[in-house]
Amino acid sequence: METSRKLIRKQSLEKLYNQLSATRKVYAPVIADDKQVEFKYNPGFAEVTFEHIRSTLSVKNIAFPKVENLFLYSNGKTESTITDIDLNKIPEVVLWGSHPCDNAAFDALRSIFEWDIKDEFFSKRMEKLVVIGLSCHLSDAYCFCTSVGLAPNSSKGSDILLSPLHNGDYQADILTEKGASIVNSFSELFESTSGEEVVLTTVKQKFDHEKVTSKLNGAFEHPFWVENSLRCIGCGACAYVCPTCACFDIQDETRGKNGKRYRSWDSCGFSMFTLHTSGHNPRNVQSARWRQRIMHKFSYMPDRNQSLGCVGCGRCSSGCPVDMNIAEQLEALQNI
Amino acid sequence: MNNLIARAKELLENKIVQVIVGYEAGPTGVARPAFITNPAKADLLIYDERCVQNLAVYLTKPEVRNLGKMAIVATLPVMRSIMMLISEQQIFADNIIVLGVSSDGSLLDIADIKVMQAYIEKSDLGNPVKDRALLVELNKLSKEERFAYWQKELSKCIKCYACRQACPLCYCTRCTVEVNQPQWIPVQSNTHGNMEWHILRAMHLAGRCISCGECGRACPVGIPCHLLTMQLADEVHNYFKVYAGTSEKMSSVLSTFEPNDKESFII
Amino acid sequence: MSENIYKPYLMEIEQIVEETPDVRTFRLKFKNTAEAEKFSFKAGQFGEYSVLGEGESTFCVASPPTRNGYIECTFRKAGRVTKGLANLEVGDTVGFRGPYGNTFPIEEWEGKNLLYIAGGIALPPMRCVIWNTIDLREKYKDITIVYGARSVSDLVYKHELKDWAERPDIKLITTVDPGGQTPDWKGEVGFVPMVLEKAAPSSENAIAILCGPPVMIKFTMPVLKKLGFLDKDIYTTLENRMKCGFGKCGRCNVGKVFVCKDGPVFSYEQILALPEEY
Repeated sequence: METSRKLIRKQSLEKLYNQLSATRKVYAPVIADDKQVEFKYNPGFAEVTFEHIRSTLSVKNIAFPKVENLFLYSNGKTESTITDIDLNKIPEVVLWGSHPCDNAAFDALRSIFEWDIKDEFFSKRMEKLVVIGLSCHLSDAYCFCTSVGLAPNSSKGSDILLSPLHNGDYQADILTEKGASIVNSFSELFESTSGEEVVLTTVKQKFDHEKVTSKLNGAFEHPFWVENSLRCIGCGACAYVCPTCACFDIQDETRGKNGKRYRSWDSCGFSMFTLHTSGHNPRNVQSARWRQRIMHKFSYMPDRNQSLGCVGCGRCSSGCPVDMNIAEQLEALQNI
Repeated sequence: MNNLIARAKELLENKIVQVIVGYEAGPTGVARPAFITNPAKADLLIYDERCVQNLAVYLTKPEVRNLGKMAIVATLPVMRSIMMLISEQQIFADNIIVLGVSSDGSLLDIADIKVMQAYIEKSDLGNPVKDRALLVELNKLSKEERFAYWQKELSKCIKCYACRQACPLCYCTRCTVEVNQPQWIPVQSNTHGNMEWHILRAMHLAGRCISCGECGRACPVGIPCHLLTMQLADEVHNYFKVYAGTSEKMSSVLSTFEPNDKESFII
Repeated sequence: MSENIYKPYLMEIEQIVEETPDVRTFRLKFKNTAEAEKFSFKAGQFGEYSVLGEGESTFCVASPPTRNGYIECTFRKAGRVTKGLANLEVGDTVGFRGPYGNTFPIEEWEGKNLLYIAGGIALPPMRCVIWNTIDLREKYKDITIVYGARSVSDLVYKHELKDWAERPDIKLITTVDPGGQTPDWKGEVGFVPMVLEKAAPSSENAIAILCGPPVMIKFTMPVLKKLGFLDKDIYTTLENRMKCGFGKCGRCNVGKVFVCKDGPVFSYEQILALPEEY
C-alpha cells in the first residue's frame, strides 16, 4: 500500500486516544508509582507518557505473552480429551506510543514464529494488533538502534508512526491498511501536513552489524566469550526484558483431572536450559550460554531467519544487574 | 583507591594470587565487577560509592574459580558472605585474600580470617539504614495490607531469577524451583506462584542472609525483594541473638537443633 | 480453524514390552482413525510423546514406517515424563506430536552393505531404520548389526535380537561389557569398539550407522576410520534437549544447526563441521 503523511494536532491526538480507548483495548505507556515505565491497558490520556526512553519490559507480551495456554486437557484414566484455545477470542489491541525499536521487534519475532511452520498463537495476536508507534525525541547511552539498521523514526512494524513536532503537534505516517483504516475512521482528527520538521533524538552508531555478523562466523572458539562473560551471573533478566528473545519452555499444570499445557518465557542464559536428562549439558558454562545469546541474535538468526535478533533498545544492558553491555561487546567483537 | 591498586598490582606481580575480583567503570559510568589477571590492568580498579554489588557471588562461580587463587575487594557484606561460604564449606579460607574496604573507601588490613572476624564483630550488623526505615513502614501496615502490598509487588515478578543469581548464598547448582519431581513451584510466572517462589527464597535465606540487599538491587522490575530476607534477618536476630556471617564456625540457626532451643511454638 | 501445532494426537497404548527393569516399549495406536490415515513418517524422525499432566519428552519413532497402523517408542524411566509414561498401562492414553526432523537417506544406501552399531539404550533410535531396511531386504546387500550393552539384562529388544540372530540374511553380533555376562550368555564379552575391531566388517561399498553414548562413539570412530569408512559414509543421530520440535523454542541448536530441523540424523562429515556444543 502507498504510505501517506498527515498532521494531527495535540488536542486531536487526545480525542483519537479517547475514542480508541472507549471502543477497544489500548495498551499505552505510563510512569508507575515506582517511577518505572510500564504499558497498561486503557490508562486515562493524562496518565499516558510521551516522554519515556524505554519501558522496563518490552511490549513483546502483546504477541508473545509470558505465559500462553496451548490447550486445556482433561485426563481420565482411559478417557482423555484436549480442548483447543479459541484464538478468535483474542481481542483487538491498539499498541500506543511504543518506540520504533520495539515495533521493529515484532518483525524479528515473526521471523521465528512464522519461520517454516506458522505458530498460530503468535500470528493471531499479530493479526489483532494495530501499532501506533512514536518516534523518539529522547535517548540515552544504552540506545543503539542506529547500529542495527534502525533509527529513532524507523517505521518498521508500525501501522501509524507519530513523530513529535516543535509545537507539540504530531506528524502521522500512515504505513499500512490497518493504519489507514484507523485514520479513515477518525478522518476529522487528521489534517494535511504543513511539512514541518520533526523533533528527533540522535543515536550514535556504535558498530556495524554486518561486520559483527561476518566476524561471528569464525569466532565460536574465541577467548572473547570467557573473558567477557566472567561477570555474567546467569539470570534471565536480559532475555525477559528483550523485545526479540523468543525462547520458551513448555509445561503442564494440573489440578485434579483438568489442566493446561502452556508455554512460558525461557532464557538461554539459564544453566539448565540445555541440560539433558542424562546429566550431560552441551552448554555447561556461562560463557557458552553468553556466546549463544550473541550468536543467536547476530549470526544464527540472520542466517536462518533473514532477520537480526536485536533492535538496539538497550534494555538488556540497562536492566542487567552486572552491566553486561551488549553494544560495548558487539563493538569489541567487530574488531576481534 | 591508590592503595587498593598498588596492593592489587603487588599481589599479581608476586603471583600471590592469579586474579583480583574488584570493580571497574563500564562505558555508561556504572560500576561493575572486574576480573584483573594482568598487573598492568590493575589501574582499571575503582572503589567509590557506585561500587555496591556483592562480589562474593563470584567466589563459587566455576569459570572465575578456574582463573586460580583470588583476591577480592570486600566491603562488610562481602566479608560476611565470605564468612557464610566458609562456614557452609563452599570455599576455603586459605584460597582467598580479602582486600577489605571500609565504608569510607579506605583499604583495610585484613591479614586473615581472625582479623576479618574482629572487623565484622565491631561493625553494625543490622539491616542498612534505608531498608530499616522501609521495614518499619511495612510493619506498620495491617497483615492484610501487607499481604496486598506484596501481592502487588510480586505480581510484577517475571521469574528471571536475577534475585537468586545475584545472591552469594544462593549457590545451589539445582535450585528447588528447578526440581520437577514433584514440581514445588510452578514454572510459569503468576502472582500465586511468584509469591511461593519469593517466600521459599526468603525462608532458605533465613538465618543466612547477610543483608547486602543484592537481590533487590538486581531485580530488573524493581521488586524490593530484599526486604523479605532482611525482615527474616531481623526475626532471626530477635529470636536467636545472632547475625549471619559473623564466624567461620557458625551453623545455620534454622537447621541446627540445640537442647535449649525455645519450644514456645509447640502448643 | 487453523491447526494448533502444539496439540498432540491422542494414542492408545496397545501393548507394553518390559525390555529391561527400567526400559519399556509402547505400541501406540491412533484413537482417531482419520488421523491414522493421514499420518506417515520416515526412518530417523522423532516425536514429542506426552503424558497429559507431566509434559512432553522427545524420542525417535522406534518402529519402522513399513509397519502400518501403529508406532512404537522405547524409553528409559529417567525424568518426570518418562516416569509418568512408565506408570501407564495398556489402554491408557499417550499424546504424540510429530513426526519431526530429517530421515536416514535409505534410498541412497540401496545396493550397499549396511553396518549398524549401537550401544545400550541407543538401539531404539536405530531400530526403526534397521527394520525399515530389513523389510526392504532385497534392496540392500549385507546387513550387519553390532549391539552392546552393559549387561545381559540391559540389552533391549531381546526377542528381536533372537530373531535377527536366527535369520541367515542378517549378521548379528551382541556383546556385553566385561562382568555383565550371565553363565549362559552366548554372545561376545567386551566393549563395542573392541568387538567391532575383531569382527572387522569391510568398508567396501558400505555405510556405517552409529548410535550410542558419547564415550562409545568416541572410541568407535577410530575403529571405523581404521576399517576404511569415510566420514560421509558414517551416520549418527544427535539427541539434544528440545521442547517444540520445530525450530522455535530455541534450545536444541548446535551452532547454526537446529537438531530438530536439520537433524536428528547427521553424517559424520556434517558432525565434524559443527562446533562442539552437543
